[in-house]
Amino acid sequence: MKSITSKLAMLAIFFSAGGPVSAGETIPIRNCTWCHGTSGQGFTTAPRLAGQRHQYIINELMDFSRHRRDNPLSKQYMWDAAANLNPRAARDFAMYFSSLPTRAANDGDQELAAAGKKIYELGIPESNIVSCLVCHGPNAEGVRQIPRLGGLSYFYLKKRLQQWGEGYHAAAEPMPRVARTLSANEIDALASYLSFVK
Amino acid sequence: MELGSLRLAMPTAVLAIVLSTAGRPEHSGAAALPGQDLQAKLEYCKTCHGLSGQGYYGYFPIPRLAGQQPKYLENQLRAFNERRRTNPVMANVAHSLSPWMVAALAAHFRNLDARPIGGGPKDRVATGRTIYQEGLPESDVPACSACHGPEAKGQDEIPRLAGQLFPYTVNELTNWSKERGQGGTKVDTSAIMTPTAHNLTQSQIAAIAAYLSYLP
Repeated sequence: MKSITSKLAMLAIFFSAGGPVSAGETIPIRNCTWCHGTSGQGFTTAPRLAGQRHQYIINELMDFSRHRRDNPLSKQYMWDAAANLNPRAARDFAMYFSSLPTRAANDGDQELAAAGKKIYELGIPESNIVSCLVCHGPNAEGVRQIPRLGGLSYFYLKKRLQQWGEGYHAAAEPMPRVARTLSANEIDALASYLSFVK
Repeated sequence: MELGSLRLAMPTAVLAIVLSTAGRPEHSGAAALPGQDLQAKLEYCKTCHGLSGQGYYGYFPIPRLAGQQPKYLENQLRAFNERRRTNPVMANVAHSLSPWMVAALAAHFRNLDARPIGGGPKDRVATGRTIYQEGLPESDVPACSACHGPEAKGQDEIPRLAGQLFPYTVNELTNWSKERGQGGTKVDTSAIMTPTAHNLTQSQIAAIAAYLSYLP
């Protein structure tokens, strides 16, 4: 009983603080949470949206609708989902999900995390691998249109980096050129480390 | 046909210049190593500093290098490496570069002429211009133009400031004595800016940075 009350209270705070965003009324949040999880924490291949940067969410929705983000699963699910989205709705979805508290997926290989942290922070200049931290922030929290990476799932992070190397989502400069410098082991290490970052 | 031969001729010409001014015997043969390949290293630099060297707004502002004075770039890379300028990421980068590579990179960025990104508050530009050109005699701030030049293009070890990212210039002037001239004993030319940076208020720093951010 107590927990139900506190959850309701949280929801109430949420909806009142969110201004124009009242999930289920002006925008069909359930269309997203079906795959991305009821609290936006992600589910198997659908990435966590909770705590993601709102400008990044808007940009990705635009990239889906304009078919610039052409990764196989994006094509399969998100092209249709974003096809008839107006900018107002995209903004409202983004505001809603970016304001949800984020969690860490913790599904990477713990033994690779230290190596991943080192690449994340300093890169590997000898192999022309840049530091991720300079753009994505010391805590992988992202900023403006640059996404939060901390706590995303190992499988999602790994897939994205692999697919940039394969030529998908080429419009997302500078990520294609960053990913091309990474070996399979380095991608494993980075994705592992980031999955544990809170 | 003409385009094709031009494309081939251009990199060759650039390489020829680079090799003739900075070539060293020990470099021959090293080009096969990934970390020693100039094109790959340029791409590495531009991943962060922008494809035209125009700079980039990351989590931290990544400075413009286009049109920068080669001597200044070389000095700063040495300062990062010797920890006289505090920046763990760039210290790591600088450590991996051979003197030949540094000279080649600096010569490349010198010749880029990207349009400034801009981004500083427009209503501060006029004040910034006045401080830049005339200084603030009452606060012991000399005219910036006296050393950095009337067009802020810099000279030798004095950096170009024109077109620099607004938040980068603000950060540098704000943190000057905490970031530059560290480590004590070695002579560091950054000392010349210490009193000036100290004498500027935050509002004056913002005005100067705003003016420079739009300067071509």
